[in-house]
Amino acid sequence: MHNSKTQDTFVGLFVASGIAALFYMAMQVSNLGSYTSGDSYTIIAQFQNSGGLKVKSPVSVAGVRIGRVSSIRLDKESHESIVEMQIDSQYNNLPDDSGASIYTAGLLGEQYISIDPGPGISGEFLKDNSKIDNVSSAIILEEMIGKFLMNKAEGK
Amino acid sequence: MFEFLENLGKTTRSSFAKLGRSTFFLGHTLMGIGDVLPRPSLLTKQLYSVGVLSFLIITISGLFVGMVLGLQGFYTLSDFGAEESLGVMVAASLVRELGPVVSALLFAGRAGSALTAEIGLMKATEQLSGMEMMAVDPIKRIITPRFLAGFISTPLLATLFSAIGVVGGHMVGVGLLGVDDGAFWAQMQSSIDFQEDIINGVIKSIVFGFVVSWIALFEGYDTIPTAEGVSRATTRTVVNSAFSVLGLDFILTALMFGDI
Repeated sequence: MHNSKTQDTFVGLFVASGIAALFYMAMQVSNLGSYTSGDSYTIIAQFQNSGGLKVKSPVSVAGVRIGRVSSIRLDKESHESIVEMQIDSQYNNLPDDSGASIYTAGLLGEQYISIDPGPGISGEFLKDNSKIDNVSSAIILEEMIGKFLMNKAEGK
Repeated sequence: MFEFLENLGKTTRSSFAKLGRSTFFLGHTLMGIGDVLPRPSLLTKQLYSVGVLSFLIITISGLFVGMVLGLQGFYTLSDFGAEESLGVMVAASLVRELGPVVSALLFAGRAGSALTAEIGLMKATEQLSGMEMMAVDPIKRIITPRFLAGFISTPLLATLFSAIGVVGGHMVGVGLLGVDDGAFWAQMQSSIDFQEDIINGVIKSIVFGFVVSWIALFEGYDTIPTAEGVSRATTRTVVNSAFSVLGLDFILTALMFGDI
């Protein structure tokens, strides 16, 4: 039988390794490691169709992730989809004539928003609650296949 | 016919009586927490025998479960050309299900059965009655520290199980089968959510730890004080723990991940 001091040491080691495992999982396995300091601002874009976009989908510029989608809701009047995005505040110099499009990563991958920085004619930047006007909707695969088949049928 | 009805009634009555006894037992155990916390040496001793001694079986099983997941997942996923998703598959199945469930089952087999046998034997040799004679409450002195130790150890063991399983999956997937290292981690990190997956997994294991420790200690305390009674109680601990863990897992999964 161990005396109580070595027992204490082993129990301490055991608890410490359990906490270390939780920390390891938080940082290495989950998305907690990729969260930034949390300072962010919101921009809004209105799409005809937001397709398979989900809350937490990435928002990127030139393939670099700068934020995530925070909410998707339907505009009751225009029946279009209003997407709010949270952008890390370190990227605060996006021109206000930038465009937003919904792309798919790979053929069947998840959808994300890509922001194409505009020429910045007015010299203004996107601020909190700014709205992006220049948008292009998600490409719906079924719609494209449907159109393609229709064109084929008409061509013959 | 009447005999059958009589037996049915008897079984129903006795199982309700047992349920009632176990509830009172749990209440009594929980009330003892206030008396145990000022004496942490009681708790560390039990944490040692319940938690530290289960460490090895949990880590080794975790490693092998992770390695098998990596191997099987790779062969299935490579049919679809989606080997890069191996990390997600290994981590999600470990963190959400296998970590909490398998570690609770192993815990019931390794520590739960030992607890039942220990308490049962204490009862059979009248040590518990002896304590009562000396005006020491056996539940507070014997049961509560063991209960707390089980309750604290299981989430730690389950987290260790999952973490080591992920390492095992990585060893097989990236080391042996040549999945891309970056894709393995990146896809895992983008799909596993800390709150949704990891915290829910920990909550599951806390519930399992509570239930397994409760069953093990109650079966020991409620045993018929003979050699045969102790052996039956030990068997019941393992069987009932397994049923409760698997049944509760379904309910918890439905509540946490399903839209029921």
